[in-house]
Amino acid sequence: MNPRFKMQLIRFAVVRRRKRLAEWFRKSALPSISDRSRRFGVLVAVLLICLASAAPASPAELVVSAAASLSNAFKEIGAEFERARSGTNVIFNFAASDILVKQIVEGAPVDLFASADQESMDKAAKENAIDQATRRNFVANRLVFAVPRDSRLSFASLADLRRKELKRIAVGQPATVPAGRYAKAALDQARLWDVLRDKFIYTQNVRQSLDYLARGEVDGGFVYATDAAIVKDKVKIAFDVSTPQPVLYPIAVTKQSKDAKLANEFLQLLGSEVGRRILQKYGFGNP
Amino acid sequence: MSDALVPLLLTLKVAVTATLIVVFFGVGWAYVFSRCRFWGSHLLDAVFTLPMVMPPTVLGYYLLVVFGRRGWIGDWLEQTLGIRLIFTWQGAVVASATVAFPLVFKAARAALEGVDHHLESAARVLGGSELAVFFRVTLPLAWRGILAGTMLAFARAMGEFGATLMIAGSIPGRTQTISIAIYEAVQAGQDGMANFLVLLTSAVCISVLVASGRLLQRSF
Repeated sequence: MNPRFKMQLIRFAVVRRRKRLAEWFRKSALPSISDRSRRFGVLVAVLLICLASAAPASPAELVVSAAASLSNAFKEIGAEFERARSGTNVIFNFAASDILVKQIVEGAPVDLFASADQESMDKAAKENAIDQATRRNFVANRLVFAVPRDSRLSFASLADLRRKELKRIAVGQPATVPAGRYAKAALDQARLWDVLRDKFIYTQNVRQSLDYLARGEVDGGFVYATDAAIVKDKVKIAFDVSTPQPVLYPIAVTKQSKDAKLANEFLQLLGSEVGRRILQKYGFGNP
Repeated sequence: MSDALVPLLLTLKVAVTATLIVVFFGVGWAYVFSRCRFWGSHLLDAVFTLPMVMPPTVLGYYLLVVFGRRGWIGDWLEQTLGIRLIFTWQGAVVASATVAFPLVFKAARAALEGVDHHLESAARVLGGSELAVFFRVTLPLAWRGILAGTMLAFARAMGEFGATLMIAGSIPGRTQTISIAIYEAVQAGQDGMANFLVLLTSAVCISVLVASGRLLQRSF
């Protein structure tokens, strides 16, 4: 066969195939995709319905809003609670105490509220959000000034914080974070709050201060002794801060709790030997 | 009142700086992408678009890890240039710019790819240098799309919250942008302050949108 003619034939075939492909795309691509996606949508819907109906009939649920510093200890106590009362589900919500108060006042479905200072619990009480009869202080903690593990700076007292090498201090936003309020009260007493103002990095909760310390982004910060103990490999305590008010954590059942009995059982577990042991393990003291 | 002006001015400073940076790099990369296909261009395109689809907190975490004191770039910046980005307004600019980048990049790329190549070729035939062709033919034909992307980027930079909070923190007067100030005001129960800031932000955003709409209309 003439090679030139052969080339012509091949080219012809290629062009025809291209045309057919284009035609096929134009005709079939759109409807076939939408068909497929519709079928896929139906499949997903069926699956979702199956999943939803397969879930067990709603188990007893306890929602606990607790100060950020309690997270590790409470998670363990929650697991213990779920183990002791099979079928119950404990849901935790950790944040700065005042943010939790705000959520509860705005109607968040919370059964138990544990905060890190009296002021936030007083706020909740003033808004008539908690059952005053159930309110009690359940643990004590200490406020400390901590520095990153590899820090070469050493401090012995609040007055040392004025030193120039110390540039950034993490402190909880006093308006919403109890750890920040304790720190502010101590610094106010020492007449240092306004002096140090330019060094402060305000955080959303005490665990954010801890995270900045662990990353070495700040030179020092105010956290609880229990927080510093969690990341011992990255953060060390420089000195204990003596606060005008002792660091006591109150807890109370909320007014809107749908299952106050279950909430009270959780309170009992906190006071029991098992509960105390877990709290002590994380460094919390008796009130 | 002055309490509200400080975060507003800071936000404008951060958003304007971030937008300028983003326009420079976004249009530059868009030009590269619209003109050449290179190995890994699809992957790079995905990386550039990532900030648009990723949660701002994930982005903030990435930035914290990269630009932090112990991060690769953060460490280098501090050792060689003595710059620390974390907890500074420049850090907020980095966060805003990262988040806003895809908006300019995508819009500019679409606009540049839409420019008729024959017109550029004609300009080249008439003796224009590559630079002249870009500034006198390509850009004038694509600027509408680029401007639209820029406006979106500016709005996005103004509203940036998650990543900024993570790497710049919330220091009143220094890194507390308007969206963070609103968050703090709401958390602290200062509803009056929050309302005022929200109205202020809305007014500024509407003004920007109206102004850009007019600007776009007049040119056509």
